[in-house]
Amino acid sequence: MAESDNIVAETAEKIFADLADAQTINRDKKDEWKAPLWQALTDAGLPLAWVSEDCGGSGASLAEGFSVLSAAGRFAVAVPLAETMLAGWLLAQAKIASPGGEMTVVPASPRDRITVNADGTLSGRARGVPFAKVAKHFAVLASDARGDLSIALVDAGKCRIESGLNLGGDPSDVVTLDKVQPVAIKPAPKGFDQARLMLMGGVARSLQIAGALESMLEISVRYSNERVAFEKKISKFQAVQHNLARLAGESAAALAAATSAADAIANATAFNDEVFLEAVAAKIRCAEAAEKGGAIAHQVHGAIGFTIEHILHRYSLRALAWRDDFGSDSYWAVELGKLVAQRGADELWPLVASR
Amino acid sequence: MTAALRFDPIRLPPECEQLRKEVRAFLAEEIAAGTFDPHQPNREDTDVPEFSRKVGARGWLGMTWPKKYGGHERSFLERYVVTEEMRVANAPTRRFFVADRQSGPVLLKYAPEHIKMEILPRICRGEICFAIGMSEPNSGSDLFAAKTRATKTDGGYLINGTKIWTSSAHIADYMIAIFRTSPPTKENRRHGLTQFLVKMKQPGIQVNPIGQITGQYEFNEVVFTDHFIPDDHVLGEIDGAWKQATSELAYERSGPERFLETYYVLTELVRAVGNNPDIRSAEGIGRLVAQVHTMRRMSVSVAGMLQAGKEPVVEASIVKDIGTIWEQQLPHRVRELAAFVEETATNRETLEKQLDFAIKTAPKLTIQGGTTEVLRGIIARGLGLR
Repeated sequence: MAESDNIVAETAEKIFADLADAQTINRDKKDEWKAPLWQALTDAGLPLAWVSEDCGGSGASLAEGFSVLSAAGRFAVAVPLAETMLAGWLLAQAKIASPGGEMTVVPASPRDRITVNADGTLSGRARGVPFAKVAKHFAVLASDARGDLSIALVDAGKCRIESGLNLGGDPSDVVTLDKVQPVAIKPAPKGFDQARLMLMGGVARSLQIAGALESMLEISVRYSNERVAFEKKISKFQAVQHNLARLAGESAAALAAATSAADAIANATAFNDEVFLEAVAAKIRCAEAAEKGGAIAHQVHGAIGFTIEHILHRYSLRALAWRDDFGSDSYWAVELGKLVAQRGADELWPLVASR
Repeated sequence: MTAALRFDPIRLPPECEQLRKEVRAFLAEEIAAGTFDPHQPNREDTDVPEFSRKVGARGWLGMTWPKKYGGHERSFLERYVVTEEMRVANAPTRRFFVADRQSGPVLLKYAPEHIKMEILPRICRGEICFAIGMSEPNSGSDLFAAKTRATKTDGGYLINGTKIWTSSAHIADYMIAIFRTSPPTKENRRHGLTQFLVKMKQPGIQVNPIGQITGQYEFNEVVFTDHFIPDDHVLGEIDGAWKQATSELAYERSGPERFLETYYVLTELVRAVGNNPDIRSAEGIGRLVAQVHTMRRMSVSVAGMLQAGKEPVVEASIVKDIGTIWEQQLPHRVRELAAFVEETATNRETLEKQLDFAIKTAPKLTIQGGTTEVLRGIIARGLGLR
């Protein structure tokens, strides 16, 4: 495992190591590991890391929170930590205090819209909302008839939720709001928009994918040094070595793209084209790495990695699933391509070389 | 293990941005003056001596080297900016690039003082060109197989044998080459190679051109027949060149030149699709831009490691492996997208010419500077697999 950058991430790493070890999770078919993990994360103040202390959170910096998400990816944790952090962050944009318990953000796809009705209630439908089924509250971004944006805290019990599962087996639900009265609602800050919410979620997912790839590399290297075939460790076969070198490349590319985007957002003074490029590129490149890297990790493991008993699928399937949240890589590639075309050919290199 | 694969998000400091402006202004002036055409990467002659001297006069050669050798004691990140701006503009860097990137650092580390004082300032002024003599017929990436002999004689060595695939040997003033001074030992196959500074255009050296499938002429075969090299032109340890040659490669494998060699086709594709692309073009361009951005972040990160005094051999190999494969595939991806470009696009002819050249260039990209297979072996070693 990569060494942690700070005390907040170290705390997260230790909790995951103690309570979210992949073998333990795999053996626990009833998901009884989740409650103690969530309790420990809550006690450490991690779900509300991005909420200031006066709004009920622990006031960690964006950078610290991002490294918690890297660690969460390395353990492929299947609890709504990233989602609750994002929800707390969204609410904090409008200075709405976060309640305790699990949360998630609505909408979770760039094309879904939630509307603020004339009477102040909320309506709309959002698909692919991660962990909606287990969330107590939703942090909602909604627009009124004039297009002005509001941020709202909504009681999940007042919404209709159709359960679904993503590729990794985690909840990915359809949430319908039918004239729901929010617990709190305030205008979104000037300049905030849905793209910004989606890209914040996209960077969270990029860090998680990169973390999962780091773990896939580690367990694949370890396995290749244990497994003997044709009277040799398979790590001694050149073809296997070259596959693992490619996996290392994909893992490194994902980590470089994701950490660069996180750093760009953590230090941004404005959400300009350069920050957009960082966030979008991370989502696209990490999605590609999840596909290429995951395939190699499975190839190295052979049939054993395809079994439900083995831990590999925890990482490989989640990394693939995370590609789809907060805008897929295809969606963002189109948006990035449009931006590049609008700026024109001679402005492409200055954009790429901006930092 | 994964600690070795961290690519920290290094940001270029403000002095780099100022420098970038200066380099862009300089290149714009040279383009306006007709020194080179940025849209024509396939020009016949990429050796432009006056351009080298102008770049030297600006202080952009030997940027990181000590001032007493004509260097400028600037950072690797500043050098990085100059390199990528030159590359993206298709500037004619052939005459100075190898000396600046590789040969100069080798001399700084291993040459005797009087040789450094004589040669390094001339590199910094853009006056001299270097070639690298590693490959031989039937050796290629297998450096151990090098056979060209350096036989001890009075006051120096006599060289006999042949180097091949030597870029720029036909215009080079010097070559840094490895020759066999002893046979390999049973215990150590790597033993017996020594690095030498060779003065070209001297008796006993014959340079034979080798044409390339692009129509360009860059490679050569270099035949040595009783060529004399004086003792003070030995670089580093006798019989111990293996380690010297491999540590040199971190410089050669991570720079922006390792993913930008065919970049021009992407710029031209963006020009051809115009301001309002269809969804297929937009997605294709978006993915390619995300990929080049990521590679650049990795490459800048390695420049930061070099600046911090590290020897990022594995990281550099990863950047070259991913980078060269990307720049190799890029012309083919652009070709797929260009199929839908309107007939009326004003730069259609330029794009087609560029694609023709870039597609012909592509096969060499994963071979030069270490083949993909060799790089993956180095990465595998870094992962503890061998």
